[in-house]
Amino acid sequence: MIIALLGVASVSHYLVVGAILFSCGVVCMAVKRNALGVLMGIELVLNGANLNFVAFGSNYLAADGKSPLGLDGEVMALFVILLAAAEAAVALAITLNFYNNHATVDVDRADDLHG
Amino acid sequence: MNQASFGISVSLFASIDWHGFFFLLFAAIACVAALMVVLSNNVVRMALHLVLSLGATAGLFFLAGAEFVGAMQLMIYVGGTLVLLVFGVMLTAQTQLVSLRTPAGDRVIASILAAALLAVLVQAAFSIESWQKPGQGMVSAPTATPLGMALVGVRVDQHAEEGLLAPKSGYLLPFEIVSVHLLVVLIGAAYLARAKRRRVPRPVDLVASVDSVEPRSSGNSSTTILSGGSE
Repeated sequence: MIIALLGVASVSHYLVVGAILFSCGVVCMAVKRNALGVLMGIELVLNGANLNFVAFGSNYLAADGKSPLGLDGEVMALFVILLAAAEAAVALAITLNFYNNHATVDVDRADDLHG
Repeated sequence: MNQASFGISVSLFASIDWHGFFFLLFAAIACVAALMVVLSNNVVRMALHLVLSLGATAGLFFLAGAEFVGAMQLMIYVGGTLVLLVFGVMLTAQTQLVSLRTPAGDRVIASILAAALLAVLVQAAFSIESWQKPGQGMVSAPTATPLGMALVGVRVDQHAEEGLLAPKSGYLLPFEIVSVHLLVVLIGAAYLARAKRRRVPRPVDLVASVDSVEPRSSGNSSTTILSGGSE
């Protein structure tokens, strides 16, 4: 019944899902004290942006059957996925280094520079 | 009787909008798992919910007709990045670090800000008329070949429509930049996360500083200076 009311998913629905993922990621980055939690927030943010790219580039969702963005959206999503993998590798290395030096992953304790 | 109920079930099966059904399913899983990532304090549970959320997002990619991006999402994100994160959780897992609590005031402020941000974004998502219309549901050709050709610089999708008159540039240069970037990142990450070897002091240094040596509790000689302020 609800499905019949909702109809076929449109670009706006994808954008709303992407917005929810983005907001969750921002909150995660802001409130988590564990450095790995902050990393997970970044992954959520990138994923929400990726969802928007794919939704705009999808011919399946376009109202006239031909998306103006076309294949470029999917290429951008691929690049975002690759860069997220690279970012996760470096950030994890930094986190492990921090853990080795400070014996904690609490980002509130990373105040050696008194910033 | 049996035939009639079979016909009813077939017509019911056909009347359900399966695209909408699976969209709702994957969207609900993605959003609820993302919320659980935020609300959970245990970092292991956060990793599990993140896997769920990213996997459901891959399902959404499949539904939008981007099957190659969805497969890459599953392979690189869920298969690679999340495994990396789980390894990080395992390597830093100590009982007092598994669940670090956030002050309640921070949570309240962050959730208010996030609600404002979400309101703006949702309003923007529904602001354009053509975004709200449901799609034609045109099943497009498989995207793996055009994507691969675009990454090496040939836009077969554009050429098919416009002839060779106005060829759009491909993505050869960004592809190369990303390749070199990945290599640099790999080397940098391996350098950053390498096992630190304790420096063996030379005999001359030992003789010179034999009276000023202090007993050290931690074994790593280069970290004592860094961590002195916070301990």
